[in-house]
Amino acid sequence: MSMDWLQTIGQKTLRFFQRTGRAVIFLVHVLSGLKMLVQRPRLLIRELYSVGVLSLLIIIFSGLFVGMVLSLLGYVTLVDFGAEGSLGVLVSLSLVRELGPVLTALLFSGRAGSALTAEIGLMKATEQLASMEMMAVDPIKRIITPRLIAGILSLPILTAIFMAIGIYSGFLVGGVWLGVDEGSFWSQMQAKVDFQHDVVNGFIKSFIFGIVVTWIAVFEGYDAAPTSAGVSEATTRSVVHSALAILALDFVLTSIMFGI
Amino acid sequence: MPNSLIKISDLTFSYRGRTIFSDLNLDIAEGKVSAIMGPSGTGKTTLLRLIGGQLIPNQGNVMVEGKSIPSLSNKQLYQSRRRMGMLFQSGALLTDLSVFENIAFPIREHYDFPESIIRDLVFMKLEIVGLRGAYKLMPSELSGGMSRRVALARAIVLDPVLMMYDEPFTGLDPITLGTIVSLIKELNQALGMTSILVSHDVKEVLSIADEVHILSNGIVAASGSPDELQNSDSDWVQQFLQGLPDGPVPFHYPATDYAQSLKEDIK
Repeated sequence: MSMDWLQTIGQKTLRFFQRTGRAVIFLVHVLSGLKMLVQRPRLLIRELYSVGVLSLLIIIFSGLFVGMVLSLLGYVTLVDFGAEGSLGVLVSLSLVRELGPVLTALLFSGRAGSALTAEIGLMKATEQLASMEMMAVDPIKRIITPRLIAGILSLPILTAIFMAIGIYSGFLVGGVWLGVDEGSFWSQMQAKVDFQHDVVNGFIKSFIFGIVVTWIAVFEGYDAAPTSAGVSEATTRSVVHSALAILALDFVLTSIMFGI
Repeated sequence: MPNSLIKISDLTFSYRGRTIFSDLNLDIAEGKVSAIMGPSGTGKTTLLRLIGGQLIPNQGNVMVEGKSIPSLSNKQLYQSRRRMGMLFQSGALLTDLSVFENIAFPIREHYDFPESIIRDLVFMKLEIVGLRGAYKLMPSELSGGMSRRVALARAIVLDPVLMMYDEPFTGLDPITLGTIVSLIKELNQALGMTSILVSHDVKEVLSIADEVHILSNGIVAASGSPDELQNSDSDWVQQFLQGLPDGPVPFHYPATDYAQSLKEDIK
């Protein structure tokens, strides 16, 4: 009985490392398609539209509400200490260092990552990828590379939009509705938020999340079992693994960037 | 004796622990329509994938036009595939492209032709399959038979030397079926291709194939022209060609005694 248990652990561990190995080989193959992308930038632009532009709506709305809630809750706490002038710092630091990169990446994996996995998985299940191979077109370079690069480029831009909208909606709630002094809201933010330390680090996070989320999404799609159940499992795994990877990596990155 | 375009020698292939081919030898004659037949699950489609280099054999060799497919580098393999066309059972059209763009896809990927030449090439092939009027439609708007004809037009758009058909007759209405059968024969003659036809539709295959190879249990069980096979004295070949439910290939999956099993609990 206990041997069975041990065997299962061993099997799962082996399978995990096999899959990770496949994912790395896959990534190398995907990156070998970069040359084609330089020659045919149109392929990238199309994917930038479907991965990036079409994710705008959910990012804008989430940024709007997250900024408003943050500002409201921050005000309620700060006003007891007469420190509501620091509301701008609270809102912007939370968004720039943490909420912007993490929430955008989570939303992105749900909106764009899942779509990528399902699309690629279905292309595999319906033999579209195999038929490309037989037309002497490498499906990894033609289909996957533009999607991966589009994801990596889109996420930091979406994060910037999320942050900007969040900060501004925080100001609308704090400054316009709750009557926090506009001057101190912006000037304290300007004084306390450091470009290098806060903004750049936030974007480094977002860039890393972009690589991880899109890599997981395209790999899960490509590795999916070519059946309807296989594609649905792959899509679920894509979102779950992305979320776990984002949160775990965020802790590691935060402790390196902002830890003691 | 015509030359062989494809020479398969001592091919052994297993997938997930199941041996599909063991020491299979097969030559495909150049310029002919060769059919590969056999019951479901004998690896007919797998054989096409081995010829196209999408699968690598465990042992043995697949030579296409004098090149050993399993030992080609990735780049050489893609070069060789430019000379092959394959019609998939599902059609495998790219669902986000129109009929026109699907057929133009291989041209656009490999050549930098002006738009007018691409249009001419695509319309020529669409005319052959009788779907020039449908060039604007999306794959989701096509019937099963139409998708297969579009896929056929796409497979021949670069005038391949070798054309592989994977179950081209399944699930078609009688009219489309007739169209596809005569298209395969006519294309083979008109374009001077070598065609490999994987199918288990006996009547259609025997009507157009020059040579028929029947696979069973991982080897070529019988080969010959349709006439030779129809006059074969092998019980097995006769059972297959006439579609008899029982014979050398038993109707029943191996099982214990029927009466006995009704009395026992299922283990």
